[in-house]
Amino acid sequence: MRAFDYARAQTPADAIGTDARIIAGGTNLLDLMKLQVETPERLIDINHVGLDQVERDGDGLRIGALVRNSDLAAHPAVRQDWPLLSRALLAGASPQLRNRASTGGNLMQRTRCYYFYDLDAPCNKRVPGSGCGAIGGVNRIHAILGASEHCIATYPGDMAVALSALDAVVEVEGPDGRREIPATAFHRLPGDRPDLDNELQPGEMILSVRLPAPLGGRQIYRKVRDRRSYAFALVSVAAAVTMQGGRMDRVRLAFGGVAHKPWRVPAAEQMLAGQAPSAELFDRAAAAVLEGARGQGHNDFKIPLLRRTLAAVLAEAVQESA
Amino acid sequence: MDVTLTVNGTPHVLNLEDPRVSLLDALRQRLDLTGTKKGCDHGQCGACTVIVNGRRINSCMTLAVMHDGDEITTIEGIGTPGDLAPLQQAFIRHDGFQCGYCTPGQIMSATAMLEEVRQGWPSQMTGDLGRPELTDDEIRERMSGNICRCSCYPNIVDAIRDAAGRTGGTAA
Repeated sequence: MRAFDYARAQTPADAIGTDARIIAGGTNLLDLMKLQVETPERLIDINHVGLDQVERDGDGLRIGALVRNSDLAAHPAVRQDWPLLSRALLAGASPQLRNRASTGGNLMQRTRCYYFYDLDAPCNKRVPGSGCGAIGGVNRIHAILGASEHCIATYPGDMAVALSALDAVVEVEGPDGRREIPATAFHRLPGDRPDLDNELQPGEMILSVRLPAPLGGRQIYRKVRDRRSYAFALVSVAAAVTMQGGRMDRVRLAFGGVAHKPWRVPAAEQMLAGQAPSAELFDRAAAAVLEGARGQGHNDFKIPLLRRTLAAVLAEAVQESA
Repeated sequence: MDVTLTVNGTPHVLNLEDPRVSLLDALRQRLDLTGTKKGCDHGQCGACTVIVNGRRINSCMTLAVMHDGDEITTIEGIGTPGDLAPLQQAFIRHDGFQCGYCTPGQIMSATAMLEEVRQGWPSQMTGDLGRPELTDDEIRERMSGNICRCSCYPNIVDAIRDAAGRTGGTAA
């Protein structure tokens, strides 16, 4: 690990507008620092600034940036009214890591692309302009949607996939004040700047995540991976579906493991809303989600895997909420 | 920077001029508490699991300087050779280890895990996110952050189930 200066923030203001790297749980950042993928010169520790409460916010919830993943997953209101979020959190990492990992830090976690981690390999995300080792390389875990000629990495998290489906909003503060970023727009596509994972600007800090009123219905997070626990998603599907008179009413879908951000396609949701469920309709919705999908060789399997996982999740959702 | 770590009930003041010291290295190298093991040093294997302020965490994936004032429990704090904790006795009774390197982490993790179940925390095996039962599937899922390269998993599950049964669901 490279040497760095360490400071402890007492309030969020101590961390906002500085050029120091913010550390919360540290479960991803310290890992990357040990490998020298990340080499910050200054760390500012925000573990003692508060922002660690889950509070009612009208019909919704406000989740402080320092609320730990384990506390959020076990929170009675989240389990009751936003079970999709609990399920996504519990599908991620291990209990030890969830006890440290924070809500804000989870959003900021970086890709697990092998080439990003390998200092001897080219990687436009780690060293802009150096190339992409994954294109034409070993790319089984990589993106099938929204990739660019510069980067095919995926965003690895689960929580943000659920937050996208639930229309959550990320509240951030910078030197110029506060602003809100929809969860669906927080992460970005790689384009020609794959070094930028998300829309958080230098000097800004995540304060909280707001959940709007509960969607109700059946909420499912299905994560397909190489082992049953403690592994990143190859494909994940977050679904919230309400039913009315045998027809799907409100439908929210988001997908993980397939792109540089949680993937959401409103057109596919609209295709399902108001319709009676059928295998043929699920297949058409999957085709809409997969519009423009392209495999890189080793990850070609993700295209049929997403289609089948979505069909299975929708079949379960409409059955149990009918 | 001076940092006070209260380890197994005893306060220790450490001078950490270089903040790069992980909590794991502070315990092993500064405080000579070598029961906590370094496996992968990347938060993947669980050998370094300790309990901080009541929560199990990977001590390799956090800086000692981030734990000023915290209460830390290590394997040395839960039992002694003459007075083993119920989980330690159960691991011996069920042969829950071979080389033993992962065992302190397994036992610290299981200690906290049983408390999490007592508090009603769900896992991904808890279908309705309601109050969990300590089934074997729940034990396996909740212990997935602890890897045993000797693959003593069946006996580890037996040991945890046994210890939980004898103590009414807690490891105390």
